[in-house]
Amino acid sequence: MTASAPSPVLVLGMGNILLTDEGLGVRALEAFRARYEVPDGVELLDGGTTGMGLLDDISGRSQLLVLDAVQTGAPPGTLAVLRGDRVPVYFGRRASPHQLGLSDVLATLELAGEKPADVTVLGIVPDSLELSLELSATVTAQLDGLVAALVAELTDLGYPPRSRD
Amino acid sequence: MATRITVDPVTRIEGHLRIDCEVDGGKVTNAWSSGQMWRGIELILQGRDPRDAWVFTQRICGVCTTVHAIVSVRAVENALQLEVPLNAQYIRNLIIGAHCVHDHIVHFYHLSALDWVDVVSALQADPAATAKLASTLSDWPRNTVQELTAVQQKLRSLVESGQLGIFANGYWGHPAMKLPPEVNLLAAAHYLQALEYQRIANQVVAILGSKTPHIQNLAVGGVANPINLDSQSTLTLERLYSIKSLIDELGDFVRKVYIPDVAAVGAFYADWTGFGSGVTNYLSVPEMPLDTAGTQFELPGGYIPDGDLGAFKPITGFRDKYFEEGVAESSKHAWYESGKGALHPYDGETVPEYTDFQDDGKYSWVKAPTFLGQRAQVGPLANVLCMAAAGHEPTTRYLDQVISTASSLAGAQIPLTALHSTIGRHAARAIRCAVIYETLQNQWQLLMENIGSGDYETFNRPVFPKGEQRGFGFHEAPRGVLSHWVVIQDGKIANYQAVVPSTWNAGPRDEDDALGPYEASLLDNPVADPERPLEVLRTVHSFDPCLACAIHMVDEEQQPIVQVKAL
Repeated sequence: MTASAPSPVLVLGMGNILLTDEGLGVRALEAFRARYEVPDGVELLDGGTTGMGLLDDISGRSQLLVLDAVQTGAPPGTLAVLRGDRVPVYFGRRASPHQLGLSDVLATLELAGEKPADVTVLGIVPDSLELSLELSATVTAQLDGLVAALVAELTDLGYPPRSRD
Repeated sequence: MATRITVDPVTRIEGHLRIDCEVDGGKVTNAWSSGQMWRGIELILQGRDPRDAWVFTQRICGVCTTVHAIVSVRAVENALQLEVPLNAQYIRNLIIGAHCVHDHIVHFYHLSALDWVDVVSALQADPAATAKLASTLSDWPRNTVQELTAVQQKLRSLVESGQLGIFANGYWGHPAMKLPPEVNLLAAAHYLQALEYQRIANQVVAILGSKTPHIQNLAVGGVANPINLDSQSTLTLERLYSIKSLIDELGDFVRKVYIPDVAAVGAFYADWTGFGSGVTNYLSVPEMPLDTAGTQFELPGGYIPDGDLGAFKPITGFRDKYFEEGVAESSKHAWYESGKGALHPYDGETVPEYTDFQDDGKYSWVKAPTFLGQRAQVGPLANVLCMAAAGHEPTTRYLDQVISTASSLAGAQIPLTALHSTIGRHAARAIRCAVIYETLQNQWQLLMENIGSGDYETFNRPVFPKGEQRGFGFHEAPRGVLSHWVVIQDGKIANYQAVVPSTWNAGPRDEDDALGPYEASLLDNPVADPERPLEVLRTVHSFDPCLACAIHMVDEEQQPIVQVKAL
């Protein structure tokens, strides 16, 4: 039960793990979780492909960090960090296969006054969206880079993760 | 002059749906429904352990994670003829019910109300007049002048901040928006309150399922919720009572807010009971099994041909041959290899054959399912009509309540046949939500009584014999009939097909070129302004589309959502 206030930072891994790089957000979250512990104030969540089901998980956070496959026009495997004005573009351009749901969640929370103050998207441009549980070689090679970007982001926010090593 | 409207993507739904309409003389004269993502998820299950299938199937879809998990274990249990303990049925039923209440509330208030409710108009409302109007609808204690004034203030600051643009296709000020400002304000207040109540429903799923959005407590053969009333790590008395108090909180919102709101929208938009009927063959399945084998159910289901409730034929259990043998899928107009006619799901094939969008050929990644060779509409309307035809008392009671409230607001008697419509689908969803709320109370009571009798069993271990077994599982999901079909060979999955609710409703033309339910329902819909086809969205949204089950999106370029071309 989550009767108490949610932790201020939510790291949300999004994507469909059945479709190769579509699931890279979920896979990056798994890789991060295996290597790091997070301090109090940070919650990690595998959001899969869900949309409105995430209303409660996102509501009332101050920072939302989304790990996801993003289409920026750059070559496959390119790391991308979208913040500020570029975040609405991520939703508006339908750059991600499931962002319709997530943008509906944020619109609803806006009306309720419960939208996170800051939304940052950390992602990689996908190479393949074929049916497979494995990431492509191109994206696999960049996964450590995405995990490092998340570590840096959390550190900047004042929540440095601790390595499990 | 005729025009062609392409809405791509349809917003405020899950997944990627494209709708094309030809409009002539202010009316839709032809329509195409096209799923724009590839469906091939089943292939990933071939060769896997059937006990693990549900873990993968709940990743198929963004909204319906829970329902794909439930129906997958039912399919494998059906193939093995494996019964599950009573406690497991009741716990699954509680998860199913709570998920459904959550889903119906979110669909009406957060995904489709904005088709009917003009948020900007609510700024003109008088909060005192709104509270007075609300008191004629129900005695909901939160319809106060104070709360309504606060909501109006919130809306005003949102409008003034220019943030409304985030509501893609929110057609404020559209000529088809007809609610008085007071009703718009009341609906906006309930939109915000609905956020709190969907949260409560979701908490029930989270407690029983261990985790959302992906539940973890299922198993082929039962559930992984050990019952030990004294141990903190299991389903304890304390947790069971906290579930009960959460369920109690849902009741008033559904009965005093959701039901009257739908009746009011129906009364003010009574003309919309004349649009959107489309396919009136209705298919639903029984739900909330009450015994270990799935032969007795709290909620009935079945088939109604041609909208004739007198011709209702029940589907009676998890091994029902009428259902098992009645389902087929056609790929004639879908981007898969075709030519063998409509195939039964056990023999289903999913081999892609992409062409361009061809009006008379292939144009969708969604297949076209049929029941007894006919197109069928599924969803809450189908379910409510079938339950009413079967004489289910709570369904009849809530159905009467909605129709009498709407009739008194409209000042004219609204007939039962008005349900075959765009508005009827919303009304039926609210009725079903109230019925499911009562079911939750009953299932909780049954679980407590069964545990009280000393039965703590939650799991029967499955055994996989050599050779081939075939089975199917069905579930009356929030969007309608969901079925999974599995062929097991020597303990491994040889074939797996999911026939999902939005496949039934969003499917393209079939083997006989007959239109699917979305397509047929759009015919004769009014369209006041082709550039802003609000009316098209109203009818499509009334089905609660969920295309994510089917598909993935490969569309990267920014394009306008609505395109209009002269023909």
